[in-house]
Amino acid sequence: MTDSIGTLVAATPSIDAVAEFFGMSRAALWVVLTGATTNVACALVGCYLVLRRMSMMGDALAHAVLPGLVVAFLFSGSTSIVPLFIGATICGLLTTFLTQTLHQYARVPSDASMGVVFTSLFALGVVLVKKFVGGLHFDIACVYEGTLELVSLAEPVAGVPRPLFTTTIVLFVNLAALVLLWKELKISAFDPALATTMGISATAMHYLLMTLVAVTAVASFEAVGSILVVAMLIVPAATAHLLTDRLWMMVLLSTLVGIASSVLGYWMASIWNTNIAGMMTVSAGLLYTLAVFFSPRYGICSTVLRNLRMSLRVLREDVLAMLYRVEELGSDKRLTVAEAGEAVGGGWLSRLGMRNLQQAGRIRRDGDMLQLTESGREAARQLVRSHRLWETYLVQHLGMPLDHVHEPAHRVEHFIDDRLREELESEITTDGQDPHGRKIPK
Amino acid sequence: MINLSLTDKVMIGTALLGGMSGVVGSFAVLRGRSLVGDMLAHAALPGICLAFLVIGTKSLLGLSAGALLSGLLAIVAVTSIVRWTRTKEDAAIGIVLSTFFGAGVVLLSLIQKPGVGGSKAGLDSYLFGEPGNMLTGDLVVLAVVGVAVLATVGLLFKEFELVCFDSDFAQSQGWPTLRLDLFMMASLAVVTIVGLPIVGVILMTAMIILPAATARLWTNRLRYMLQLAAAFGLAAGLLGTWLGRDLPAGAAIVLTAAAFFVLSILFAPQRGIVSRLMAEYRYRKRIEREHLLRSLYELGEGKADHESTIELQALRDYRYWRSLTKLLEQAADEGEVNLTQQVVELTPLGQRRAARLTKAHRLWELYMVQHVGIASDHVDRDADDVEHMLPEGLLIELEQKLASEGRLPEVAQEVPLSPHQLDSPSSEPPSEPSS
Amino acid sequence: MSIAFEIHDLTVAYQRRPVLWDVDLTVPEGSLVGIVGPNGAGKTTLIKAALGLVPLASGKVEIYGRSYSEQRNLVGYVPQRESVDWDFPVTVRDVVLMGTYGRLGWFRRPGRAEREIAARCLEQVGMSAFANRQIRQLSGGQQQRVFLARALAQDAELYFLDEPFAGVDAATEAAIFELLQTLRSDGKTVLVVHHDLQTVSEYFDHVILLNMRLIACGPVETTFTNENLQKTYGGRLTILDEAAEAMRQRDGA
Repeated sequence: MTDSIGTLVAATPSIDAVAEFFGMSRAALWVVLTGATTNVACALVGCYLVLRRMSMMGDALAHAVLPGLVVAFLFSGSTSIVPLFIGATICGLLTTFLTQTLHQYARVPSDASMGVVFTSLFALGVVLVKKFVGGLHFDIACVYEGTLELVSLAEPVAGVPRPLFTTTIVLFVNLAALVLLWKELKISAFDPALATTMGISATAMHYLLMTLVAVTAVASFEAVGSILVVAMLIVPAATAHLLTDRLWMMVLLSTLVGIASSVLGYWMASIWNTNIAGMMTVSAGLLYTLAVFFSPRYGICSTVLRNLRMSLRVLREDVLAMLYRVEELGSDKRLTVAEAGEAVGGGWLSRLGMRNLQQAGRIRRDGDMLQLTESGREAARQLVRSHRLWETYLVQHLGMPLDHVHEPAHRVEHFIDDRLREELESEITTDGQDPHGRKIPK
Repeated sequence: MINLSLTDKVMIGTALLGGMSGVVGSFAVLRGRSLVGDMLAHAALPGICLAFLVIGTKSLLGLSAGALLSGLLAIVAVTSIVRWTRTKEDAAIGIVLSTFFGAGVVLLSLIQKPGVGGSKAGLDSYLFGEPGNMLTGDLVVLAVVGVAVLATVGLLFKEFELVCFDSDFAQSQGWPTLRLDLFMMASLAVVTIVGLPIVGVILMTAMIILPAATARLWTNRLRYMLQLAAAFGLAAGLLGTWLGRDLPAGAAIVLTAAAFFVLSILFAPQRGIVSRLMAEYRYRKRIEREHLLRSLYELGEGKADHESTIELQALRDYRYWRSLTKLLEQAADEGEVNLTQQVVELTPLGQRRAARLTKAHRLWELYMVQHVGIASDHVDRDADDVEHMLPEGLLIELEQKLASEGRLPEVAQEVPLSPHQLDSPSSEPPSEPSS
Repeated sequence: MSIAFEIHDLTVAYQRRPVLWDVDLTVPEGSLVGIVGPNGAGKTTLIKAALGLVPLASGKVEIYGRSYSEQRNLVGYVPQRESVDWDFPVTVRDVVLMGTYGRLGWFRRPGRAEREIAARCLEQVGMSAFANRQIRQLSGGQQQRVFLARALAQDAELYFLDEPFAGVDAATEAAIFELLQTLRSDGKTVLVVHHDLQTVSEYFDHVILLNMRLIACGPVETTFTNENLQKTYGGRLTILDEAAEAMRQRDGA
């Protein structure tokens, strides 16, 4: 593994050339690369945390591994990555096991049992650090924040700084797990019971995922710290979930969001000269916020816009139907623009609606008076037809009294298409008149 | 003001904190909001930093106000994310927690910059807990918050109880459930934030959850749970500070609280592991003993002259026994059987008990055969399971029911006849090896 | 006879998809009313709408001639059993006591008088012996009786019971039936969501037949007819479903 990454790095033109190409220093490139690999490694497993609704397990594992790290450090006497990974894995499995056991056998609510386990283990870790390590390498504050700034100063392994080397390995491990166990992870996240009946042990997949999360968290500590790793696990995945309905797309998008937030975070941090990892988190948060508002399908803005368009359509149709009914009376009376606007609620929305109608050639203005065009009359006829068919249906099939059917029909008429109109017509018996005795237009 | 040594102050302070976090934590745990405390503690950071940037000093009150503000903002953020987007609550909490914390880290590094004129040492201790810095003024703040929390819970106990237990019902009675809910969260926020400078972010989370989860193991009543949680929190504060004099105080307190939890999980009366294992053991022993008595009775019944001595070998063949010798010795100790070399005999006491048990067993069998319509060779095992749990009242009811329908065999006013063949060993379930 | 409960033109929609269409009904005081209809017919929704637990798309609900928020103290409610956290640290007595909270108002704690009411209501459903049990330690039927006792403690004029007979033992079913009789003879009005068609005529004197819309509402003898049942259970009106779906789709989401 070491060799292959070494070759990979050696094969790239020259890290300085790459750095120059992007117009940044070599140190800066290391920082961005470390941030990006961390983010992507986290996002890959984070997607499953979010989908399984156990996001906070990321938080829990990121803290609960502390005693494992200390013990591993004490045993091996070094901060080399292998013993730390072993310690983290054991602690991660222990946390998962204890959380589940407390929930199942002592009926502690699942969130509380998670809280009990990870905070106790973290406290144990803090005491161990104080007692045996003396705060040398395990600066608690550093566990919180990480030291992404200092990445380029770390000893190089295979030609790249150690934190980058570590996160790259973990990235490939996660990627391999995802590719190899794609369908297993997918089905056990979606329907654990079904997965188990199909011979894919959901419990085993759960433990595997938790191990991956614990290892990823540990690999990321040095660079970004334990809280910000939570952001990298959850935020890109949640952002991607707002943007798509497909799992593979969600995984892909979450890695892209991860990369984007590291680049953006680095850029903003260098402008304001602040903590880089923190800025990466903030930019991930910003990207999430953007998705909340502007996601094409699930965004707040698009929902508001859709609702607005809906109201506008209802309003336009109300105007058309009203003009039709006035024409139907047969007298020469015409509605003025002001009267029509008033009748559909007034305000800017009704003005906009009537301008729409004019532009679409559905109505015409004769001076101050409104007049249906031929195409407008046809559209209005269909609406009034829907309305009266629905009224007839309500009276004949729901047995509703005559004076109760206008309001419901008025609400529903906008949603009845050709097919439904045909169905309605075949359901009712009519002599071409609605229950009020008015003609149902064809 | 009384002169207190630093240790005294720390002990009083942590005890106060433990007590009130037990109370507000109980509601959080019951409402499924254990991790909201975690979120609040983290989300406080940007507020603290901003407050410091604005007011320029590290006054506890000022920083706490900032923390409270950003904590409340975080609650609003989580609530609106859950309300307006497809992101689920757990992810929303995680997003807000980590993003706010990230923003705090950024602000912290701005404060550190030369020229802004702050040092982050004080803020660090705010985050990671430094009870050694406790001033008498801080004690006053803690006491005031403690009294306020107690008063709130005292006044709104029934409202909080109702909203936590059954919020639909609460709403149908006209209580403003949403506002009560927010009020509960706000009191959680206040306690979390005054606790931050003492035990730090993560360990504050523990103080919210641990005493409450511990108390839940001991009682089934909310009132006592609150009192116990307060007591556990208080004790953890006192004991943890005292035990952990040369350890990080926050961690020592949390480990003490965790020790309470572990002990409770083991030894709590109903939910404890030990008491549940004990109950299980006692139950299994009772069943074994009852099987022994009934077997002896039935074997005696099979003999022509109701001769009461039974060969040990016959007993062994009758059904599967886990450890017959020990069982017989215990029964002999209780005075239920006389035990000689190869022969067992029911004493008059044993005879009476065995008769009662056999009656219960057969009544249930009869009931199953006649009312539930189960084939008679299948009832034995069901009756085996159920007979040990039949209360006296139900037996009488069964007897009357069968008697009133004329289905209680006349001969068996004492013990009804078994509805199935008794002495054939094949009535044993095949899965059990006969020893 | 005066009107206890009245609904005008009620439409309820979840995410803009209507689940109840234009319901219009009145219930006279002192009657036992069964609400009957297939799954997904909107029975629970009708009750929740009456109690103000779900927003109304249109229409209004009146209890003794005034809106629900004004008449809250006259209404008792037994929710479906799934809606409760059974691990919550409350005893049977505590739960029944909750029935009195509404009338107590803010800050006041239940005192001796309330405890006596609770004890009496427990007695009435035959659960006095279990007063100190935690609620998970009861059988399904016993749990149901406790929640009935809580509704009794509300001392209401109008009761809404959501499937009180679901999953209970014969003894509980008999006890509940007896209780309903007592309530009626005290002049109370009780609306019960009910599943078992066999027992409708025996248990109730009025019936509301519901399937997304009101099929019929009136005395059991004249309303609980084969023809009406056919209409209620003879499949949903596909047109209503389609229109509802169209309203949801066009609106976005």
